[in-house]
Amino acid sequence: MAQILFYAFAFFTLACAVGVVVNKNAVNAAMCLLLALVGVAGLFVQLDAYLLAFLLLLVYAGAVVALFLFIVMLLDTKDTAARGFRKVSTFASVFALGLLATGVSTFAMRGRLTTPNPNLAAAVGTDLKHYAYQLFTTYLLPVQVIGFLLLIAMLGVIVLSKRWEGLDDIK
Amino acid sequence: MTTATLNDYVLLSAVLFAIGFFGVLLRRNTLVIFMSLELMLVASTLALVAFSRFNGTMDGNVFVFFILTVAAAEVAVGLAIIVALFRKRHTVQVDELNTLKN
Repeated sequence: MAQILFYAFAFFTLACAVGVVVNKNAVNAAMCLLLALVGVAGLFVQLDAYLLAFLLLLVYAGAVVALFLFIVMLLDTKDTAARGFRKVSTFASVFALGLLATGVSTFAMRGRLTTPNPNLAAAVGTDLKHYAYQLFTTYLLPVQVIGFLLLIAMLGVIVLSKRWEGLDDIK
Repeated sequence: MTTATLNDYVLLSAVLFAIGFFGVLLRRNTLVIFMSLELMLVASTLALVAFSRFNGTMDGNVFVFFILTVAAAEVAVGLAIIVALFRKRHTVQVDELNTLKN
């Protein structure tokens, strides 16, 4: 059952990710991104990371994708028809795709990542208490730094979106 | 509850990362490039969560916690930059944003 769920979510996520890349319309791409994130959240649930799945839905699928949609609609970019890629970029992409296919297929055939406990033990720290304990003991300094980073980001966004006199018409 | 192996998860996250990477390479719309970047970030967090689950620790999960926070800040700043760029140049297509080239 869990195996079927894994494959279902994996296929769903990959299909939606491809949708993000190939969709011409940016709004559709954002919607595909939303669905791909929901798929990843499902995989997180399968990995017993319930809090992270919830946060992913809340922060990414909720806030970030909404922000993307907001900006896409605000900017109202024209749907430029897909022009042909440059020769060097096409060549590089095909080459990279070949390398990638080789790597992935080799990994799928031969790769064996060993884990210390093959018979999977119960997940550590799936509940909120463990996260809180870790965040307020081992990772106390990173939490402070992250808070500071969020403050700086907020100030940066305010500065960036302010209209500065005389700078608007530089081409 | 999980029966899929670590291999499966790492493979999935590699393929997801690759899809995002090709999105960054091939698309011209800055917004879609940014979405593909987010996809790559999520793929790496998936690998982190899988590794931490199969190794019986929760350090990877805490790292993903921080990554989510940084990603949210990054998206806010990045979109603000894109809006500022659009105000000046009236386009978000990367092949028209080539002032530094000449």
